[in-house]
Amino acid sequence: MNGMPWLSILTFFPLLGALVVWLLREGNVRLIRGVATFFAVAEMAISLPLWWRMADAEPGFRFVEKVDWIPALGASYHLGLDGISGLLVLLTTVLTAITVIGAYTSVSKRPREFFALLLALETGMIGTFLCLDLLLFYLFWEAMLIPMYLLIGVWGGPRRVYAAVKFFLYTMVGSVLMLVAILWMYFLNKAYTGVATFDLEAFYRLPIDPAVQVWLFLAFALAFAIKVPVFPFHTWLPDAHVEAPTAGSVILAAVLLKMGTYGFVRFAIPLFPQASEQFTPWIVALSIIGIIYGALVAMVQPDLKKLVAYSSVSHLGFSMLGLYAMNPQGFAGSMMQMLNHGVSTGALFLLVGVIYERRHTRMIADFGGLWKPLPVYASVFMIVMLSSIGLPGTNGFVGEFLVLLGAFRTNHWWAVFAATGVILSAVYMLWMFQRVMFGPVTHAENEQLSDLTLRERLVFAPLIVLIFWMGVMPQPFLDRMQPALDRMLELSRERAVASAAAFPQSGAAPASAAAPRDDAAVSAAGGRP
Amino acid sequence: MPFSMPQLLAVDWWALGAVIGLSSGIMLLLLLEFVPAGARSSRSALISIVTLAASGWAVWQVADARRSIFGGMFLHDGMSVFFTLLFVAIGLLSVLLSWDYVKRTRINQAEYYALLLSATLGMILMAASNSLITIFLALELMSLALYIMVGFRRTQLESNEAALKYFLLGAFASGFLLYGIALVYAATGSTDLQRIATVIAGSPLLGSPLLLIGSLLVLTGFAFKVAVVPFHMWTPDAYEGAPTSVTAFMSAGAKAAGFAALLRVLMRALGDVEADWTAILTGVAVLTMTVGNVSALLQSNVKRMLAFSSIAHAGYVLVAVVAGGEAGAAAALFYLTVYAVMNLGAFGVLTLLGRGQEERVQVADFAGLGFRQPLLGLAMTFFMLSLGGIPPTAGFMGKVYVFGAALDQGLVTLVVIGMLNSVISVFYYLRVTVAMYMDDPQGEPVQVSWAAPGAIAIVVTLLLTLWWGVQANGLLDQAQRSVRGLL
Repeated sequence: MNGMPWLSILTFFPLLGALVVWLLREGNVRLIRGVATFFAVAEMAISLPLWWRMADAEPGFRFVEKVDWIPALGASYHLGLDGISGLLVLLTTVLTAITVIGAYTSVSKRPREFFALLLALETGMIGTFLCLDLLLFYLFWEAMLIPMYLLIGVWGGPRRVYAAVKFFLYTMVGSVLMLVAILWMYFLNKAYTGVATFDLEAFYRLPIDPAVQVWLFLAFALAFAIKVPVFPFHTWLPDAHVEAPTAGSVILAAVLLKMGTYGFVRFAIPLFPQASEQFTPWIVALSIIGIIYGALVAMVQPDLKKLVAYSSVSHLGFSMLGLYAMNPQGFAGSMMQMLNHGVSTGALFLLVGVIYERRHTRMIADFGGLWKPLPVYASVFMIVMLSSIGLPGTNGFVGEFLVLLGAFRTNHWWAVFAATGVILSAVYMLWMFQRVMFGPVTHAENEQLSDLTLRERLVFAPLIVLIFWMGVMPQPFLDRMQPALDRMLELSRERAVASAAAFPQSGAAPASAAAPRDDAAVSAAGGRP
Repeated sequence: MPFSMPQLLAVDWWALGAVIGLSSGIMLLLLLEFVPAGARSSRSALISIVTLAASGWAVWQVADARRSIFGGMFLHDGMSVFFTLLFVAIGLLSVLLSWDYVKRTRINQAEYYALLLSATLGMILMAASNSLITIFLALELMSLALYIMVGFRRTQLESNEAALKYFLLGAFASGFLLYGIALVYAATGSTDLQRIATVIAGSPLLGSPLLLIGSLLVLTGFAFKVAVVPFHMWTPDAYEGAPTSVTAFMSAGAKAAGFAALLRVLMRALGDVEADWTAILTGVAVLTMTVGNVSALLQSNVKRMLAFSSIAHAGYVLVAVVAGGEAGAAAALFYLTVYAVMNLGAFGVLTLLGRGQEERVQVADFAGLGFRQPLLGLAMTFFMLSLGGIPPTAGFMGKVYVFGAALDQGLVTLVVIGMLNSVISVFYYLRVTVAMYMDDPQGEPVQVSWAAPGAIAIVVTLLLTLWWGVQANGLLDQAQRSVRGLL
């Protein structure tokens, strides 16, 4: 991109927006919304060309920017984008723009600070996806907590302070150990190559003793597993989701949780292949438990938002399962599932927000027969719900199908157990939908409710387009992510071999186990589903 | 000991610039009191600012020179220049923070600033001393000034109590230190750090109980000054009872001075006994971090909370000391600087709270402050995050560097304990932000006494906290160059 620092602009443009919004006069709410929308939409516009630029199936990083940052430590300001981070960045910019517009009326308390924080958060999220220097990555990863913490804590529900602090501390416990692991790797690399650097590409070339990998992997995996969240590290999630304001829930579900799965595919799996292999049974077991447990708990929730929150645990279990199937289909399915979950669950939280704004309750029992007063709302809700269930023709189907396919190829039983989650998701979603939308209007207050406004329809329109587009024609998405995913998978295998070769004694047992199980099958499938 | 009239070159005079400048400033301040200035006069504060700035400037002129002055009693090397500039900066920021605060709380200005400059002078000499005797003298110069400053609000009981406690325990610690120095002298026949190292090296003295007990007592003396567990008992009371501006000054300065002297003694003189003190200091570091952080969890008074947090931070610096070597020393220098800045900022915010003599330093007093005073809230938020070690702030870089140095030495357990401690600490630092942004004020909301000098100090510390959070290279580089040749 002839010298233009596109990725830096993408990363810091929202921060500029946050600053501008923060400097506006507090009273002028319309201006504040307008400026915030301008920055969010402009950011989306800046990011959209990525979609076409990514069509060239280049597996490595592009638009790379690299300058010295802290030469005294060997840290550099290193940004780069591949198919994985590119799609997640697009998801972030689109969802943030939608969230900003969706939050027009729901935020009456201190809108200036609210929108400023939302934009600052966007910088943190995009920075996290784009960083290729681990120190910088960690900086964004943790700095991002601050705006989210404030969004939950200031604009949240009655137990917002508890939820916000819990969110912060949970995430931080995992993160600090990851920082130790990053520093450890830094010194390993320094000892091995003599070069002090936090560069991810350098770490990709560093063979690591499988015995050491175990510790490093555990530290990274804990940080990411808390973020995903993998059962049993999920307990912060329902609190955070329920107490967060709608916009916070949407961003939390749509983007923040993806950082966990992104972390696995970008860091934990390729950097520590043997350890990753060694812990596969554990992670798969936890993912499957998460899928089923999340669904079962979602079923009994009286609160709509909590139901959606637990469905997140279930859906992200699929994403984790796909990753640990360790084959191209599983990876692609996992990645699709990340995007789907961003779109569908984001939309679900927005829908819950819409009804909460009108009725100030989210209890399923307070609704019933909403289809009559709110036909448009109910139709949108139905489409989103069906996509969340994974009905063929919607995006949810593609992701879950690929994950199950990938899991089936690795171990039939994984797929069998995980598939029950699909059935359960239909149970809780349809049952909830029936209780909320169908039948006679049970509460008189609900008869007077007004249907979606034009603004709200505009908010949901792009999401519905995405649901059908990704459901009917997923190939453009797969084309963009597959080369990068294959590269991560390939890297993981190469590094397993290299590490085993470099550390023959301690690597003997795990290395044989880590040998690619189904190389023949992979090449037969041509690396494409 | 051979003693001849010291030959001072021009460069030595410049190197002594801070000492000469500050001494003249102190005398000028006191002499000028023959012509009393009004209670609202800024005369003393202005003189202090000029004195400090001139002192810093003089040393800056010869920053690259390496000299040994007064027959090896004082060193003018990278480390002493680094610390001199740090103490001058701490002094400057403290004067700015005190400017309005001492007027508001009716503290006698000339004496206050004279003592502040004396303490700064003591700190500078401590970092530059190359002999146990001069270290002790400098430490006493600093401590005596601080004892008085802690008790400066003499009409208030807490202040009296704080000063008395600090003084009594401090006197004990000085006794330990002096006794330790005597034993070390008895064992090695010298008080010169370099010569002690030479005598110890390869001699059977290494296992001598005289030397071991002596070094242990010296360590104890310093442990008291930098407030590490189990010699931390005075800290919360002294910090809470002292005028807030004094707390700010001593928490940043006295700690750094104590560590400066500790680093010199440990690495220069007792380098060969390393195996002994490393084991002790590792245990002390773990205790200090944990006790400091866990106790801070229980505090509802922000001054007291920051007192316990300062104990915890001393523990982090100890981790760097335990790591040792040039990397460890550089990490300690870096962390002390960062800590000084963010801690001065946090206490600086406290000095602005309340009108007149009232002290509004409960966590509850911060309720709603973030939205009523957006800039103050933003500053306090970043100071808290920085103290908690969360990016993008200087405290984060400090932790990366300290724990990185320790990890390089294979101290994995210590690092993990330190990291988990920083999670504990985040809980209480967050409480302040919870109060500022998420709680509604109960009772009369706290008044903010804005004053330009204090505001400048807060803005400067805030900018430095953020700048070193995103671009720490300059300071890191400086710290690394300052310790080169120390060992």
